[in-house]
Order: sequence, then C-alpha cells, then structure tokens
Amino acid sequence: MSQVTQVPLGRAPVAPAPTQPVSLNINGQAHTLHIAPWTTLLDALREYLDLTGTKKGCDHGQCGACTVLVDGKRINSCLSLAVTHEDSRIQTIEGLGTEDKLSPLQQAFIDHDAFQCGYCTPGQICSAQGLINEGKAKNEAEVRELMSGNVCRCGAYPNILSAVMEVMQNEGLIMEDKAWSAGATEPEIAPVEPPKK
Amino acid sequence: MSHSTDYIGKPTNRVDGPAKVAGTAKYAAEFNVPNLLYGYVVSSPIAKGKITKIDAAPVLALPGVHQVFSHENVPSLAWLDRSYKDDIAPGGSPFRPLHSAEIKFSMQPVALVVADTFELARYAASVLHVEYEEEAHETELAKHLDEAYEPGRGKSGYKPPKSRGNFGKGWQQGVAHMEAQYSHHAQHHNPMEMFASTVEWLGDKKLNIYDKTQGAFNSQQYVMKIFGLGKDEARVVSKYTGGGFGSGLRPQYQLFLAVLASLELKRSVRVSLTRQQMFSFGHRPETLQHVALATAEDGSLTGINHVAVAETSQFEDFTENVVGWSGTLYDCKNVSLGYRLSKLDVYTPLDMRAPGAASGSIALEIAMDEMAYAAGLDPLEFRIRNYSDFDQAQNLPYSSKALRKCYAEGAAKFGWEKRTAEPGSMKDGNLLVGWGMGGGIWDASKQPAVAKASLDADGHLTVSSGTNDIGTGTYTIMTQIAAQSMGLPLEAVTFVLGDTELPEAPVQGGSWTAASIGNSVVEACTKLGEKLLKQAQKMDHPAFKDAKIDNVEFANGQLRLRADATQAVVLRDLVQASGEPKMEAENSTVLAKLELLKPPTHSMHAHNAVFVEVKVDPELMTVHVTRVVNAVAAGRILNPKTARSQVMGSVVWGISSALMEESVMDHRFGRYMNHNYAEYHVPVNADIHDIDVIFVSEEDDKVNPLGVKGIGEVGLLGVAAAVTNAIYHATGQRVRDLPVTIDKLL
Repeated sequence: MSQVTQVPLGRAPVAPAPTQPVSLNINGQAHTLHIAPWTTLLDALREYLDLTGTKKGCDHGQCGACTVLVDGKRINSCLSLAVTHEDSRIQTIEGLGTEDKLSPLQQAFIDHDAFQCGYCTPGQICSAQGLINEGKAKNEAEVRELMSGNVCRCGAYPNILSAVMEVMQNEGLIMEDKAWSAGATEPEIAPVEPPKK
Repeated sequence: MSHSTDYIGKPTNRVDGPAKVAGTAKYAAEFNVPNLLYGYVVSSPIAKGKITKIDAAPVLALPGVHQVFSHENVPSLAWLDRSYKDDIAPGGSPFRPLHSAEIKFSMQPVALVVADTFELARYAASVLHVEYEEEAHETELAKHLDEAYEPGRGKSGYKPPKSRGNFGKGWQQGVAHMEAQYSHHAQHHNPMEMFASTVEWLGDKKLNIYDKTQGAFNSQQYVMKIFGLGKDEARVVSKYTGGGFGSGLRPQYQLFLAVLASLELKRSVRVSLTRQQMFSFGHRPETLQHVALATAEDGSLTGINHVAVAETSQFEDFTENVVGWSGTLYDCKNVSLGYRLSKLDVYTPLDMRAPGAASGSIALEIAMDEMAYAAGLDPLEFRIRNYSDFDQAQNLPYSSKALRKCYAEGAAKFGWEKRTAEPGSMKDGNLLVGWGMGGGIWDASKQPAVAKASLDADGHLTVSSGTNDIGTGTYTIMTQIAAQSMGLPLEAVTFVLGDTELPEAPVQGGSWTAASIGNSVVEACTKLGEKLLKQAQKMDHPAFKDAKIDNVEFANGQLRLRADATQAVVLRDLVQASGEPKMEAENSTVLAKLELLKPPTHSMHAHNAVFVEVKVDPELMTVHVTRVVNAVAAGRILNPKTARSQVMGSVVWGISSALMEESVMDHRFGRYMNHNYAEYHVPVNADIHDIDVIFVSEEDDKVNPLGVKGIGEVGLLGVAAAVTNAIYHATGQRVRDLPVTIDKLL
C-alpha cells in the first residue's frame, strides 16, 4: 500500500483573476462580455453569448469541432483566449447562414448527407469555408488532406468531401477533375513474383 | 397505385439537416438556462484503494465556489442495488458515484466541484486536495485468464453460446486445419459530443434534465429510483445526441452528479465531462480469442472452435455475444464455443457498435481467411462452399437471407475475380496491393415501443415517440413513414422524439429503432386513419357510408375511396368537423410484448460481405485502405441516403479498428494513457478513400410488417478482418493482434 496525494497542499488555491470587459465582434455584431481573462473564445461563445453552434469536442485542439473563422482564417476556438480577439472579426456557424437562408456549403452538406449526429458539422463547415478562403486546395486529395483537422466520428468523410468539392466546383476553384479519386479509374494491377522470404 | 407521397425507400435529405448545419440543433450542454451553476468532476489518479482525506475548505473559500460534493457529504440516497440498475445494466452491483471512499477504477469520480462559472469550477477542481491509500490493482487480462469464469445469464440480449456435434471428431475428420489466437485492445466510443447533463431546477424538486443519452426514459428511470423523484419531477429531454455508438445506452455519472447538485443546491446545474474523463466509463472490452477450423477435401467445414475471454469490472458481469455468431454464419455440424469473463480493476465495459459481433467477427473472419489459404481455396469461394441455408444454432429457417447476393454483387463491383491468390502477387507501381474480404451477421430485432399520431385542424401531422436520433436518421425515416402512411407531403409532417413526456420507447441501440419505432408509427397512423374514416362516416359522407378501412386510402392530404379517387374528403376538414383541436391515435404494445414471449419461428438476421483493397509501402509498411465495397442485406431500406451513410460510417469504424483504434493501458497505473483525441487514433478525412455501399434486394415479410432489419451495426462486421486479410494478401504477414500498426509489420 502506498499513499497518493492528488494535490500537494503547497499549491493552495489562489483567488482567480477578476472578470474584465472584453469586446468582441461576432458575425458583424459587437458584444461586450464581462469574463475572466482565462475564458477561451469557445467558452465565451457557448457559455456567455449562447452561440452554441460552435461545438466543444475535446477542449484541446484535437478534434476541430470548435472551428470558427477569425478574420477569415479557421482556428480552433478552444485554443484561443477570448481576450486576445478584441480586434478580430469572428465568424461562427450562426454567421454563415441560417436555417431559412443556408449558405452554399450548408446546403451542400445536407444534399450530400455529409453528417450524421451533426456535432462536428458546424466545425466542418467553418473549416471548409476557411479552406476555400485559403485557396490552397485544388483537388480531392488536397481537400481531404486540408479537411483532416476536423474529426467526424460518424465517419461521414466521403460525403464531406463531395459536399466541399461541389461548392468548390461551383465556385470554379477546382483545377483537376477527379484527379486523385481512388477507384475513379481502374487501378493497374499486374501479377508479380511473390516476395522472397 | 403509387403516390407522390410514397417516401419509403426513397433517398431523402435529413429533416433535421437545416438545424444541424445552421448550428441551431441543441445538444445536452447547450441549454443555457438562467442562473446556471457549473460542476466539474475530480477523477481518481489511482485504480484501486480508498480516499483517506478530502480537504475541501480551501476550495470552498474561493469566492464563487458553491459546494464540493464527495462521499463525505452526499445525502442518504436509495440503498438497494436495483435502484441503480438501468435498462442496460448487466448482472452485478452497479457503480454508485460518490458513494464511499472505495476506489474501484482509475479516473473514478471522487468529487464534484460546483461554482458560478465553468472556468472557476475547472480551476477549483484542479486544486482540490485529495489523499488516497493505494492498493495493488490488476488490469492485465492476459495475466488473469486462469480466473476466467462462465458468466450467468448476463444482461438482456446475452445468449450463452451453445456448442453442437463433436468438434474433436470434426477436427480429426478434417484434411486441412488452422488454429490461431486473436486479440484486440479496449476501445472507447468517443462520440464527438462530450457527455453532459444540464439540469434545470424548476423549483420544488421539479427538474428538466437535458441529458446526453441514447434513451431518455432510461435516464429518467435511473434518476427517479435513486433520488426518489416522481415521473413529473424528472423530465428528461434529449432531442439531439452528438453520437452514441453505445456510450449513451447507460446513464453516465455526470447525470447522477448534475441531478445531485441541483437537488442539493436547489439551482440549475450543468456537468460536462472532459474528453479524458470519457475514458473513465464503458468501453469495448479487451478480448482474447482462439479459433480452430478444419475442412474436408471439398473445403466444407468439419469443425469450428471459437473461444473468447473478455475483461469485465470487479462489480458487474458485462456480457456480449462474441462467439455465438460462429455457430450461425457458416454451415458446420461440429461447433464448440466458449465465452468467459475475467474481473479486472476497470470500469464495466459497455456495448459499443455491433457489440460482441464486431469482436467475434475479427477472429472468425481472419480465421476463415487463414483456413481458405490452408485449404487452397479462394476466400470467397470458401465462404460460398460453407454457406448456411438454415440456422443450425437456433434450429430455425431464416426469415430471409440474401448473403449470396452480397457475395455476388460485392465481388462483381469490386472486381474480385481479378485477384491472384498468392500473397505479394499484386502490385501498383512499387506499392504492394492486397485484396481481402470478410463479412458478418447481426440480429434483426424489434422492441415494444409506443408512437402517437396527431393530426391538427390545419392538416399538419405530428408523430411522436420518446426514442432518440443519435445520427441514425430516425427523425427522417419516421417522417417518411408517417407521411406515406397518411398520404401527406413531408413538409406537412413533424416527427418529435427525445422527451420523456412523449410515448415510451426503448433506448436507441441494437439496430432495432427502425423496426421498433417504424412499425409503431405505421400502427399509430393506421389507427388514426380508422378514426378519420369514422369521422367521415359521422359527417354523413355518402361515399364512405359502408366503407371499411381497406376500401380507403390516404393520398394528397385526403381520405378517398380506393375504387373511386374522386370520392374524397380533405383530412383537415375531418379534424375541423370533429370539433376537437386535433385527432389522435396511439399504437398498442400488447402484441409486441406478447411476441417477445413467444418462441421464434424464424432466424432473423441481417448480413454483409465486404471487400477491401489496401496498398502497402514495401519499405515503410504504411497501409492505405484505397477501396472498400460493402454489400449489405438488411431487408427493406427505408432511406438509401441515410442508410448508406450509416454503412459508410461503419466502414470507417472497421478501418479504424483494423489500423488505429486502441485504448492503451499502462498497467503500472491501471489507466488508459492515450485518453484524448490526439492519441486515441481514429481516421481523419485523408485516411478514407472510396467506399461503395451496396444494398442488395431482400424482401422479408416475416421479420416485421415493414420488412426492415436495421443497418446501424451490420455494416461494421468483417471490415476490420477484411482489412487485415488484405494486408496479409499484400505482404504475406498475418497480424492477429489488432490494430495492425506499422511496428507489427516492420
């Protein structure tokens, strides 16, 4: 038997920092919050502004569910403190479109059944919008690669790919046509000698 | 005659799609009720022992901290084990959070810190002083095989495996043999949504509970029994569930903690678990398996032996059907099966997508590949030669079984006939190409469930049942079924679920929701139709005077005569004439409950066959799954669009299980060390390539009136084995310990 102490008393609790006013520009609207400086942008959105479209899936920047656009660039809002974004333009899923007026990406996600449980979906859509804004991805392989920061546990990846590709094709952003779609062309299979043991 | 409202079987966009893509679908942690407090869980760093001291005073002194709940101050609650048993609880004594000083597993919740804000609760929890006396723990299954025992009846749905014939004799009769051990590690469901419960305090013990669950009624019963609440005091709401895969089948401890805190503090409280803490409850158990097969000259199986040993906790016997499938899927007279459990200092395992079958099919389907090679047969041809046309395990005919079509259509689509058998014999440039296959079988079951159909005076139909939609498409298929039943456009129908104030439904699991709720919706709509016809007759409509329900149909928002469609009355008018704001009908579960008591007359199962291509770098041994064809026979497919997505997701799960997924236990600490989304590997978009899903036609008038078998699980079966078999075909290396990570190939 041995003794285990979870927190040494040497690290006694200290009073947390007081709240402070933080001004954020979200989806074109100015908000002033009174929050502690250690509040993440994600928690500021979800807990203080009721913008719960942005999801928390790990709180560690590992899953991408919390993806939002900051000045047009996609970031993990769980890894960013709200107080550092006073001068930023923040766009969340709520700012991309509404149920009555869906954005092309949102509509494509529905048409391609690019989600099941829907929990990673806002992050996927914001990430796809960020990907389009970046302008780097030009074909399927690049879209797959650059959408790989967003985990979908339901496994909707092929449908996410086709939804994003459709929007990019409609916007004239695809350079190659089905360049790296495995199975789009018959793979060349040649019988060869078995490996020597 | 077909109608524009014949939606069943048509690819239909999800009706809950707009809410999900616009971010307005609210999950359990997203109900920001007024004056909400936040609870943060403190988890045990030891796997076994006891808490010797909790010094809460310094934490309680922090302004904004309301309470630290622990075993030291939890009020007297229900005493009997049965009060803590939920619908899915296995045999044993369920874990009671904050019940005593005893620690039974690593990361056991030991305290809940409640504060004004999430940030403060998290900080306060991080500095709570807790002392433990640690005892030696046992978490290594391989070291405890000798103590393995045969579980009793286990939880509902568990069927102790039945051997038949004489395996020893069958083994001797065989001319070719294989025998091998297979293993896979624990896996955690890891739905994207982290477990959370928001409990809204409505005063006087009355609670609205927003819970992450696969069964609102299961959660409700659980808290009612433990906290002595009435049905009207504990309403559980779960409209959207961010993935389940089985993890939400049992109420998790954040529900207990949030309700406890709310009742004690008389405040609304939210408790969210962290991703790390989601590795502290149910998981797919680590399972060690042994398979031996023998075949006669013609390739027919003369003997099957399949034994599994799985982990369970010290306090509950988690049982699943791992080996039973091996006595059903292939034709064989001599089958010897065994299933045992070994108790470890871990939390009780929990059903995880295709529980039991996913594990069993890994061993059986790799073994079938090994046997095919030993017998000198193509793996597909070998399976066809051992096709089971009659369920020998249950001694019953199949209600339907289109697995042959799965083999044929899957192989044709994949191009299987171009496969050369020799391992390492196919190449794409310098990449080794491997083609492997597998398949599986899953129960087609149905549970009693109630649905209510309600037509209002505007002609809008609302159908409700307290089931869940964990991403399976329940909202959509039920809307399709109801719209078709009543001849209404989809827009005129709303399906409501996830609320204990709705008619009672079982948990969403076992692939039984489409059959259970779907048939209930049909019945409720039929009853509503009868009421509407009676109303038409009351209104003295001459055409309907002597009409029976079989003489009429519902189409274009009307009730009309089958024989003469011009004789019609608008449904809306019928409701308006009734003088009531709406007309309603519910199905009865009497027959469904009786059905469960009757011995089955048919073996009812869904099947699949899956074909996989891998490409392996011969130097780095990196494996890419480049093509998958999954052919599924699951009766009637209600919505090919959402059904395809489910099977596609299953394929992703199978690839994950074969190549990536494992909860790595450090036995020195008795803890899963990769308990986060970076180190618990699951596929990302770049890992997934072409997935073809085929639904072969399969009509079944015996399984249930709708002829639906459910597809949430069957698609996963055989995928991991097929990937592993393809790796063997590519490299000549037979890996029997999953996942097949690079180190096992180098």
